[in-house]
Amino acid sequence: MELTDHLFRHEAGRMVAVLTRLFGVHNLALAEDVVQDAFCRALEVWSFRGVPENPAAWLMAAAKNRALDVLRRERTARTHEPELNRFLQSEWTLAPVVEEMFGDNAIKDDQLRMMFSCCHPRLPEDAQVMLMLNILCGFGIDEVAAAFVTTYTAVEKRIPRAKKVLAESKRLFDTEAPEDFSDRLSAVQRALYLLFNEGYHGASAEFAVRAELCDEAIRLTKLLLEHPLGATPSSYALSALMCLNKARLPARVDASGRLNSLFDQDRSLWDQRLIGEGLQLLERSAEGSELTEYHVEAGIAAVHATAPSMQATNWHEIVSLYDTLMTIRPTPIVALNRAIAVGQRDGAECGLRELRAIPDSERLAKYPFYHAALGEFELQNGQAENATGHFEIALKLARNQMERKFFGNRISSCSPTARAQ
Amino acid sequence: MSDFTFLYRGRDTNTSPEQMQKTMEKWRAWFKQLGENGHLKDPGHPLENAGKVVKGKQKSVTDGPFAEAKDVVGGFTLIQARDLEQAVELSKNCPILGVGGSVEVRPIQVINL
Repeated sequence: MELTDHLFRHEAGRMVAVLTRLFGVHNLALAEDVVQDAFCRALEVWSFRGVPENPAAWLMAAAKNRALDVLRRERTARTHEPELNRFLQSEWTLAPVVEEMFGDNAIKDDQLRMMFSCCHPRLPEDAQVMLMLNILCGFGIDEVAAAFVTTYTAVEKRIPRAKKVLAESKRLFDTEAPEDFSDRLSAVQRALYLLFNEGYHGASAEFAVRAELCDEAIRLTKLLLEHPLGATPSSYALSALMCLNKARLPARVDASGRLNSLFDQDRSLWDQRLIGEGLQLLERSAEGSELTEYHVEAGIAAVHATAPSMQATNWHEIVSLYDTLMTIRPTPIVALNRAIAVGQRDGAECGLRELRAIPDSERLAKYPFYHAALGEFELQNGQAENATGHFEIALKLARNQMERKFFGNRISSCSPTARAQ
Repeated sequence: MSDFTFLYRGRDTNTSPEQMQKTMEKWRAWFKQLGENGHLKDPGHPLENAGKVVKGKQKSVTDGPFAEAKDVVGGFTLIQARDLEQAVELSKNCPILGVGGSVEVRPIQVINL
């Protein structure tokens, strides 16, 4: 029996979610100990005696039995979730209640409860994302650190601090209350969006773990779609956006770890199945009148994903979507992308004019791709010397090896010999 | 061919789920290789950390073994090898060495009459 990839990691999230519901959020650490114990047993027994027929069920059963032990032993010593307490006090009700809580659908609800609980308003956004990654995706401290390209010590401090806030919130988030649900939903979507982008923009050969963040974000967003209150048009749009972008990731960073711009991506590497799924989700997101930034971004991703080539891309559509996005979220980066799209639609000259007209373009001064965009249009305009200058600034601002290599290549393509080809 | 036991000490419990899954895959690959090369007599078993120690004529029973975690035998395997030297060579690929543990290689006594 072979194990599926990341089985332990995914089961860890499910197990912690149900155990925390059972023990109460203030006993999060106890839940984590029980999970760790179940994994230690699996590691030893499976190593020596082979992997059981249904590994996930085995792990869950190990966690359940251990939880029953803990509850019996500490019945009087601990307080649990208030509404469960009375069931857990008596042996007559203990086993059946615990059995029911370990059902598949109950666990899905528990994961959602945990997801909403992690997005506690007292926590900064990036702490919410780290917490989700740690608790719901089973990432260890060093794996979270690798995913965020930060130090072990930084994460080692932040996660326990965030967990303390969670534990002090006394109760898990109540996903049955429609009003609270919609209030918290946008924070949850935002955290999932950040989780996805952290992976998407950071994916590289050097940090392979980061592409996995995209998968985790997609997986958690699907959980949202399975809940009647979570399956809103904006959740569908978010999910569509993730699928349509993830589908193109294999071409964005190729096997040799090279970053490719949209110009020279090998479109045959795009994941057509995922594009199809993204388009279906996008269609479902159109129900209702709500228009969020996720809708617009998914719309842009859909135009790119269905275009046969850079030239045959519907740039009119993309510019108009960026115009809409500017009214919802007018950030310098959105303005930059809009200017690039205008340049694609109307020619390099117009692109340059738009780039220079970005209202607070000084906020982009440290962003390497702003200078790269100037370089790209200068080059298209036949101004190789100007282009080289811009690419050189971009190179100085590059944030990692992959970007440095990319801008280095752009500089060499400005030389007369490269252009003659 | 002679029989040997491998006694494993030291377990690494403080890692992430992903790391534990990887460690387990290593153990399984190791056992598989031993089996394919005809060295695995019995994969043996992992042992619980705590049990009882029964001692002396009084047959006194205490909780045990209460050694340091790294010194407790965590499992055993029965191995077939040409000689002690080959058994030692085989043990060098054991994944427990990668997490700071040890393998004790002990020939099983045989009396040839």
